[in-house]
Amino acid sequence: MRFFDCNRIAFGAVIRYPLRTGMMLLATSIGVGAVLMLTALGESARGYVGQAFQTLGTNIVIVMPGRTETAGTAPGAMVGTTERDLTLDDARALLRSPAIRYIAPVIVGSATVSQGNLERETTILGSTTDFATIRQWTMAQGEFLPNVDLDRASPVCVIGNVIRTELFGDEPPIGKWLRIGTRRCRVTGVLADQGTSIMIDVNEVVIVPVGYTQMLFDVSGLFRIIAQATDRESMDRARLDIIRIIKTRHYGEEDITVITQDAVLQTFDGIFDTLTRALAGIAAISLIVAGVLIMNVMLVAVSQRTREVGLLKALGATHRQIVALFLTEAAFLAVLGGITGLGFSYLVIIGVRGLYPEYIFMPPAWAAVGAFTVALVCGIFFGIWPARKAAAIDPIMALAGRQA
Amino acid sequence: MIKLEGLCRDFQVGDQVVHALDHLDLVIRQREYVSIMGPSGSGKSTLLNILGLLDSPSAGNYWLDDISTASMQDDELASVRQKKIGFVFQSFHLVPRMNAVENIELPMVLAGLLPADRRDKVAAALERVGLTNRADHRPDQLSGGERQRVAIARAIVMQPMILLADEPTGNLDRQSGEEIVDLMENLNNQGLTLIVVTHDPAIGNRAQRKVRIEDGRIKIDIQ
Repeated sequence: MRFFDCNRIAFGAVIRYPLRTGMMLLATSIGVGAVLMLTALGESARGYVGQAFQTLGTNIVIVMPGRTETAGTAPGAMVGTTERDLTLDDARALLRSPAIRYIAPVIVGSATVSQGNLERETTILGSTTDFATIRQWTMAQGEFLPNVDLDRASPVCVIGNVIRTELFGDEPPIGKWLRIGTRRCRVTGVLADQGTSIMIDVNEVVIVPVGYTQMLFDVSGLFRIIAQATDRESMDRARLDIIRIIKTRHYGEEDITVITQDAVLQTFDGIFDTLTRALAGIAAISLIVAGVLIMNVMLVAVSQRTREVGLLKALGATHRQIVALFLTEAAFLAVLGGITGLGFSYLVIIGVRGLYPEYIFMPPAWAAVGAFTVALVCGIFFGIWPARKAAAIDPIMALAGRQA
Repeated sequence: MIKLEGLCRDFQVGDQVVHALDHLDLVIRQREYVSIMGPSGSGKSTLLNILGLLDSPSAGNYWLDDISTASMQDDELASVRQKKIGFVFQSFHLVPRMNAVENIELPMVLAGLLPADRRDKVAAALERVGLTNRADHRPDQLSGGERQRVAIARAIVMQPMILLADEPTGNLDRQSGEEIVDLMENLNNQGLTLIVVTHDPAIGNRAQRKVRIEDGRIKIDIQ
């Protein structure tokens, strides 16, 4: 039997039983669709987090006081290093590294802010003019913090959009006094809405010079130092420089933790990758279910076509030829189901992308290829038993019209 | 051409052994026209299945063209069936989803002939059974007699030596039945060995050689 004829006969059987074929296509395409949809969701989540990290700015190195690891040798042992504050001088010293372009020391606290008889509790963030540069923030009105010496406590502030409407209403806030705790400072600007942003809710923050926060909260140690490397290649260099500079200033004690944006992103990337693959695996179970269904349907097909098989044997069909015919039929069902599944999934995906263009909703190519392959392999694998059963049919019984 | 020697076929029914064929000897020469008759359960269908290589004897020998069939494996049996034997059944056994041409070319498809090589042979077979104008009809669009003609065309398309017919007129009215028998006799005149199993004496008595089987043995053999 020629390959072409085998396909022709099998395909003839596929289109001859439209209800059966339709159900098979539905089952397989649901399986393929599930894999594509779930992996698309995983990818979308990864894309969302990646995008959020981009709002941190590019090529960011974050310096935190203290080591995250302990030197405990036995339970209850003391933390290995004594924590030394990060100071403004430390921050300033980092600029000595040629790999670092900007630094922004950060102190974060919480305080009551008020204007007239309106007041609310909010996050106070102390930093410098470079903070807005690093995070690529834009202003809705006025200007960001002035470029002054780090430890100068100029009484000025920049407010988020929500703070502005809650405390100033429709009045123009620029140049007005805002009371923070027991002190007050003049509003120089209002931040534009920055969209998704992590770590800080841009709309509900009051930003003041870092020196002013030291005074306000009576602290000298910094919460973070945000540094921006000159380019992507020098991030590692910047990290090593930071450790070296701080270590020298802290009398040889490496009592800081330095995180690069890349490392964090990579970690998240890894997590989402695993997540997406796990989702794909779960969805692939539905493909196996579809395979079992193919097996059932093929078994029914075999018993329905017992006479036909008997006839083929009388006409000189070999065991292998019967197996080939039924396997080809199962493969056709699986391939058609896979194609239908891919087609419908991409239609849904295009639809979702049309509705929510801001999200990256697209399954990775490996999911499409993988789902299709698994569908095909399942179809053929679960077609083996029915095909062998068909080949084992006794032609005498079959031709006499009795079930073997 | 066909030589059966001490042929036995036993079936186990419950805890009882039934001898469907009991030491049967038979020689059929080329171009012969043989009818095999007998009451139901006499073993005539079993004999036909063995002659068609669909079944194998429990004991005894079957030589087809001087070759013993006892040692043949499944694939070899299939190949001999394909090349040397044509079957015609009582219930036609056409594949319902295929039209006349596709049904007729099935044996050639299984044999691996190319479509170009099949076309002429199918046309010739259709011509011989007088159904050239029904080529693209499916079985459900054909009358009983026409279906059996398609089945005969399918049986002869590989140009076998033997045509085995199992109650070929059983599902047909008298007139179509006669036409079918005429057709098969015509083929026999052209050189095909014809073996017809039937319990209809009107059909059976038309054969030149009439074999009657009872209880798995040949009772009468009239040349």
